[in-house]
Amino acid sequence: MLLDRFSANADSPDDPMPESHLSRRSFLSASVAAGGGLLLSVTVPKVIGDAEAAEANTFAPGAFIRIDRSGQVTLIIPQVEMGQGTYTSMAMLIAEELEVELKQVHIEHAPPDDELYGNPLLGFQVTGGSTSVRAFWEPLRRAGATARSMLVSAAAETWQVGEGSCRAESGEVIHLPTHRKLTYGSLADKATTLPMPNNVTLKDPKDFKLIGKPVKRLDAPDKVNGKAEFGIDVKIPGMKIAAVAACPVIGGKLARLDDSKAKAIKGVHQIVRLDDAVAVIADHMWAAKKGLAALDVTWDGGTNAHFSTADLITQLEEAANRPAVIAQQKGDVRKAMVNAARTIEAVYQLPLLAHAAMEPMNCTVHVHSDGCDVWAGTQVATRARATASAVTGLPLEKVWIHNHLLGGGFGRRLDVDGITRAVQIAQQVNFPIKVVWTREEDIQHDIYRPYYYDRLAAGLDAEGMPIAWTHRVVGSSILARWAPPMFVNGLDSDAVEGAAGPYNFPNILVDYVRQEPPPGLTTGWWRGVGMTHNAFMVEGFIDELAAAAKKDPVDYRRVLLDKGSRASAVLDLVAEKAGWSKALPNGMGRGIAMMFGFGTYIAQVAEVAVAKDGEVRVQRVVCAVDCGRTVNPDTIKAQIEGGIMFGTTAALYGEITLKEGRIVQSNFDTYQMLRINEAPTIEVFLIESDAEPGGIGEPGTAAIAPAIVNAIFAATGKRLRKLPVETQQLKAV
Amino acid sequence: MTYKIKVNGMDRTVDVDADTPLLWVLRDVLGMTGTKFGCGMALCGACTVHLDRSPVRSCVTPIENVGTSAIITIEAIGDTPAGKRIQKAWLDREVVQCGYCQSGQVMSASALLVSNPHPSDSEIDDAMSGNICRCGTYVRIREAIKQAAQSGDNE
Repeated sequence: MLLDRFSANADSPDDPMPESHLSRRSFLSASVAAGGGLLLSVTVPKVIGDAEAAEANTFAPGAFIRIDRSGQVTLIIPQVEMGQGTYTSMAMLIAEELEVELKQVHIEHAPPDDELYGNPLLGFQVTGGSTSVRAFWEPLRRAGATARSMLVSAAAETWQVGEGSCRAESGEVIHLPTHRKLTYGSLADKATTLPMPNNVTLKDPKDFKLIGKPVKRLDAPDKVNGKAEFGIDVKIPGMKIAAVAACPVIGGKLARLDDSKAKAIKGVHQIVRLDDAVAVIADHMWAAKKGLAALDVTWDGGTNAHFSTADLITQLEEAANRPAVIAQQKGDVRKAMVNAARTIEAVYQLPLLAHAAMEPMNCTVHVHSDGCDVWAGTQVATRARATASAVTGLPLEKVWIHNHLLGGGFGRRLDVDGITRAVQIAQQVNFPIKVVWTREEDIQHDIYRPYYYDRLAAGLDAEGMPIAWTHRVVGSSILARWAPPMFVNGLDSDAVEGAAGPYNFPNILVDYVRQEPPPGLTTGWWRGVGMTHNAFMVEGFIDELAAAAKKDPVDYRRVLLDKGSRASAVLDLVAEKAGWSKALPNGMGRGIAMMFGFGTYIAQVAEVAVAKDGEVRVQRVVCAVDCGRTVNPDTIKAQIEGGIMFGTTAALYGEITLKEGRIVQSNFDTYQMLRINEAPTIEVFLIESDAEPGGIGEPGTAAIAPAIVNAIFAATGKRLRKLPVETQQLKAV
Repeated sequence: MTYKIKVNGMDRTVDVDADTPLLWVLRDVLGMTGTKFGCGMALCGACTVHLDRSPVRSCVTPIENVGTSAIITIEAIGDTPAGKRIQKAWLDREVVQCGYCQSGQVMSASALLVSNPHPSDSEIDDAMSGNICRCGTYVRIREAIKQAAQSGDNE
């Protein structure tokens, strides 16, 4: 049952637009009109909207739950599913307190509405930064508990008994002394007439039935039989397909176009010209691609026509000498450096990276007389609506976003450039248009993880332990572009997050220099965000310090952590499980790295083999995690496993470069992905904890690259301070 | 040009150029979107379908080469014994994450079990190395294929 709704909620082709989005709109406006605040501030549940009016008095206590007379319970999930299991974990939070079983519920994507579905940690409707469980842990349980409490009150009133003698269970209220039962559906009418309680008591965690237990993913069955509907799978009556080519030189423009040959191709309907791109509209993607290839197009590369990666690095090197903004200061670094027995300095660098989600960028748009419909998988539904509104000039309420499952996000779908582009194209046609990027377009017109050029230095005492730590981060600011109010006094808090690691250094100075690439080369979020960058720099450098002090890398780190702390516990557990002190054959090495971020402590040991030709194989990864209280433990393990593969791919292969203003890489032959024959075995150990839940999508990715380079050092004695791993450097001489 | 093809046991007629890849015939002409587009160059395996029980990358298989071969796609793989076992193992082992590549993974794995009911680890790696999973579900894919192979013995 649930599965039908998984795609149906996203307006399936069998359920053409008019009715379905009418009801969506009505539901929304009613909710907004009644609501005052972010979450459960709807004070009086209302009859909701025209379409639902047929069902009359649907009980909708707030934004997340709807119960109709038939007893159908619908959970409206604020966060989008892109593989991280959030549909299941968000549903578990509500269902736990609502006292329904997961098999009894339908799931719907939330429509765009910052007020109702805003992420409490980030302030608007966004799925990212490993925030979902952390942000909604309390509000969704409270939503479930509030609804349950009202349903119990409705039953007690019906029976004229005390609420204390009633209990909710599996979608029913039971009167304990008489064993009488009423279903939630039969109570929905009465529940709508009751006042919403201000304060409900949430369950004691020891009474959890769902939370903390491994629950099967709700989205899995349709993902093994082809039924799951991603944005790219949308089918709208009368729809045509567009293939698009943006100017291959970043920031360049369309100069001249001769489309006569393209128009002659069977199935091609129309050629759309934009300032910086062309699109071919056809019956199907193949005709559209052939049309693109047949275009005689001249581009104007503009000022970036000769820009290369070397220029980018030179600019960053120069920027590293400019005055910096202080991010973190403790003690007196200058004095400590002077008094140090020795100082060590290093430059660490990380390349531009593309996301390469398996579902290429795509978006379907219909601009029509009533407004604009957009079908896509997006991590930011309200931004999708805003850009469609801005491009078309339509008011927000005339733009409808139909969100879908995401075939991978990894930060790429936190930006709406693909939606903007699709709406621009849709404005020039009078039918629904699905714009699909080729893989080459997807890789060459991504919004890239910034290139970082960081300088680190440490002062060591006579024992080799650090008494001073400095870390200058140099790179572009994602926050300044993506969330300007969060870019305060020239400081990008994401760029410097974790720049001193989880360690107790007596004297610290972390600072930041913002250096933007030329316009046209845009930087954005990438799995693991700021921590992925800083964990590589910090954990590589601390390993250098341990080596300089001739100390074991695990022991060295342990001394810098509080005894008995959660950080110390993950370090000790991973060392034990990995067999840290056991010898490895020649050519192999073990490396450690750890991280605290997103509310989660993680430590990883990588075992690598380095062949004589320098080829690196990551054979085994052991990971210890303390992410606080868990919602769905198997999903946590899956996220760590996947995060490790994602980070390993980047460590071994990931690099976007520019030549003559163009991105050099184009498809999976030149932008290589880790494959199953290269995949390490992975062992994940969770530490039981009753601390607040931490995030889990990013940490696995953030900690693996430094563990790999540290393992390479252990195997070869060669210290890599730059990714991806250069096998040339590792060749046996 | 008109082509008659046989998809999941049904005769279908399509009117497209001879060089049109089967992928786009399935997705855009026949509306069968379970088969996924990932790269267009046979580099990622997301578009894998079976032609006469053998796995092929539909993104580089022109319609003119398909002829009368029996095409099986993800929508019907559950009707085959190997496909059914693979789907069950995928769910038992909770393989999927975003799920976008999994149509292709399931098709490659099902074909493997047909041609080799008891693949070794390296045979699994060989057969599956053409299928990229960006979510990194490889550890579980290995386990699930082993489970499906074992469950075949008990039937």
